[in-house]
Amino acid sequence: MAKDDNLVEIDNLYMHFPVLAGVMRKRVGDVKAVDGVSFNIKRGETLGLVGESGCGKTTTGRCILQLYKITSGKILFEGKDLTKIGQGELRSTRKNMQLIFQDPYASLDPRMSAGSLIGEPMLVHKLVKGKEYKEQVAELLRLVQLEPFMADRYPHEFSGGQRQRIGIARALATRPELIICDEPVSALDVSIQTQVITLLIRLREEMNLTYLFIAHDLSVVRHISDRVAVMYLGKIVEITDSDELYDNPLHPYTQALLSAVPIPNPVVDRQRKRILLTGDVPSPVNPPPGCNFHPRCHMAIDICKEQVPEGKEVGSGHWVACHRV
Amino acid sequence: MIFQEPTTSLNPVLSVRLQLSETLELHRGMDRETGFEEAAKLIKLVGIPDAERRAEDYPYQFSGGMQQRIMMAMALSCNPDLIIADEPTTSVDVTVQAQLLELIDSLRSQFGTAVILITHNLGIVARYVDRVNVMYAGRLVESGPTDVIYNEPRHPYTMGLIGSVPRLDLPRKRQLYVIDGLPPHLAHLPTGCAFHPRCRYAISRCSEETPELEPVGDNHTSACFRREEQEIFARAT
Repeated sequence: MAKDDNLVEIDNLYMHFPVLAGVMRKRVGDVKAVDGVSFNIKRGETLGLVGESGCGKTTTGRCILQLYKITSGKILFEGKDLTKIGQGELRSTRKNMQLIFQDPYASLDPRMSAGSLIGEPMLVHKLVKGKEYKEQVAELLRLVQLEPFMADRYPHEFSGGQRQRIGIARALATRPELIICDEPVSALDVSIQTQVITLLIRLREEMNLTYLFIAHDLSVVRHISDRVAVMYLGKIVEITDSDELYDNPLHPYTQALLSAVPIPNPVVDRQRKRILLTGDVPSPVNPPPGCNFHPRCHMAIDICKEQVPEGKEVGSGHWVACHRV
Repeated sequence: MIFQEPTTSLNPVLSVRLQLSETLELHRGMDRETGFEEAAKLIKLVGIPDAERRAEDYPYQFSGGMQQRIMMAMALSCNPDLIIADEPTTSVDVTVQAQLLELIDSLRSQFGTAVILITHNLGIVARYVDRVNVMYAGRLVESGPTDVIYNEPRHPYTMGLIGSVPRLDLPRKRQLYVIDGLPPHLAHLPTGCAFHPRCRYAISRCSEETPELEPVGDNHTSACFRREEQEIFARAT
């Protein structure tokens, strides 16, 4: 694959948050939120990022946007290393990458009208002048299936699904290339989830967007993504094509995760093999040695307790980090 | 009763043993000592390792999944005939969700308790439930055995719900069935069938009269005027 096909390349990303304790605020350990993650996102594709809570999915997304100062690693956006460029350049690059938040109730300023929420990014980046502003806001509202007259309303006047649409319109305001969708539908009702997912898919086609779609719901992620990366405790354990993920999951964690999602049809669901994981996700402060999944893994052998498995390519575009594969 | 959010349902300043014992003392007339013993047994029953020691811990020392297990122990403490589990797994991860639901299911068969499982997750319903009641805006719209509801739904709302969720086993590019609009405000319900403004198959009668649950098969009822029109429901998977 040609290198310039990649919109985002992440190489060996580490994001450790210090744990401070005592009166001297001494550093007593690290939360290894992201622990050596590498992947790339091709232009125009949707990469899904799944995993349980606390596995580092959101942190990864935020690192791409440079919302944290990363511990080490490289983040290339259109070939530029974001960790090396200056503030001014970073600001203009950010225009091309936007974020859709998980909670539409917490992420919109209650004192700003829908119109100014949506228009603000355009003003910040000086993208519009005078009369154009109003037209653009109206256009964005229509794009997310809201009505232009709603621009004067405030967030509390909207339902959860409508607020999420405002969040989407706001993210689209700067005409970005990349949108990081951080659990965009998990706070919504089932029927509203489908409306928003369908909208996101339509927008992607119309505006040639690239998505990093972060979610814990495997069926939603698979539906919207071209490729899926599965994360466990700060590391990526498997990356593969969305169809392959369900037909041929290789990592035991992916298999367990898939089997934990019941299929909404009793007849089909009864025929599936079930793997029940025991225990909880360990703390990222003290991850287990070796493969960090081994204490919960049904396939673990001795080597898993000692050595961190290297990632390997098995078949085209299917990458997995497990000793047993 | 098992609640949705174990974190807010447990008392943070009492050890779990004391909280469990409180119920036992009040309802089963135990004294503190036997209450404590019974509490540890219950904690063990819901699959918490090292129960004797963990019983002394406070809720914050348990993970979300473990807290929900404590809630289950509490619900089981008086040998109930019925357990109402209100979205018991909404606040936990899928792998823990699977653990908890397996536990509820095994306790159900072990003690012969009936369970009402309240959930919005259609997958959970498919896997663990014998009979389903589908509710919309305060009324039951369809009721029947799980297999029948999923394979031959006879209410447009049920059909829409089932068609609207992405499924792991179906082709990825499948067009999802979108139910347009929003659930109505319960203080301002639409006239007639509450679902008619969002229904693709609504006829004029739907906005005038309220349909009642009527039988459409063995143990299967639907509150839809067009429930007998096979062609509407034929496309449901």
